[in-house]
Amino acid sequence: MVRPYAVTRGRTRPAGAPFDLVATVIVTQARTADLGELGPEHFSVLQLAQAPTTVVDIASDVDLPLGVVRILLADLRELGLVVIQAPIPVKARQVDRETLREVLHGLRGL
Amino acid sequence: MAYAGYEATGGAVRRHRAIKILLAGGFGVGKTTLVGAVSEIRPLRTEEPLTESGKYVDSTAGVERKTTTTVAMDFGRITLRDDLVLYLFGTPGQERFWFMWDELALGALGAVVLADTRRLADCFPAIDYFERRDIPFIVALNVFDGSRRYSVEDVRVALDLDPSLPIVLCDARSKESAKEVLITLIEHVLYVTDTPVAR
Repeated sequence: MVRPYAVTRGRTRPAGAPFDLVATVIVTQARTADLGELGPEHFSVLQLAQAPTTVVDIASDVDLPLGVVRILLADLRELGLVVIQAPIPVKARQVDRETLREVLHGLRGL
Repeated sequence: MAYAGYEATGGAVRRHRAIKILLAGGFGVGKTTLVGAVSEIRPLRTEEPLTESGKYVDSTAGVERKTTTTVAMDFGRITLRDDLVLYLFGTPGQERFWFMWDELALGALGAVVLADTRRLADCFPAIDYFERRDIPFIVALNVFDGSRRYSVEDVRVALDLDPSLPIVLCDARSKESAKEVLITLIEHVLYVTDTPVAR
């Protein structure tokens, strides 16, 4: 059993604005940040986000608890290495009809 | 996953549409089975705050305070199109897991309450939760061993559910049945958002 919060040096809260479980993580081209503070798990997360992917997909692939991955992603965001975009449909009341119809069509075709 | 048309340096990254659906229900009701029937099930862990009665775990050494322990969730992904992905999250129904629901429910399209007619009371907390937060939901009765002790209408009365709220019978092991459950939910979301839908 890994001690999950050892990789965050005991921190249990991500820095900065909260982000959704299915928000999209996109690696920026910034390479000026001081990388010395980053641990190997930060680099694992960066590697997984080379193509845009979601917070929850990263958590699943890197096999660390969601809360830990949130902290690592927030660190990377603070350094300008990733941007985290809110998902388009944020609520049932706001999702557009066309998208729902596409979902229905897609499900029927599974 | 990669998205078509993505450009790292441009401002015009094509955003993908993520549909988040919750699957709630009591222990052993078939949540994992249903997620696995319709999607590729993937590992996902999160944390549970330790209560006074739960101080049995010491695997969180290094935490500021020893307040969490790790729990596994059911997580499934269904890619409908390159830019349209359905995320299913199966969450335990007990109140002590509501801290997880609060994170999952934010921005969720809707929810399926999976129920076992032999233990109907197990789904009361989930129904209360979604009603209070105005999250559209349906009830799916997982029919075990082909036996069902109550009719859909009996269940509706027992759970005090509005006549417009869909209750469906399902077999959580069957892909077709699991698909029908999700389709019923999406149709219900269309209905409650005042959108006519052609069936």
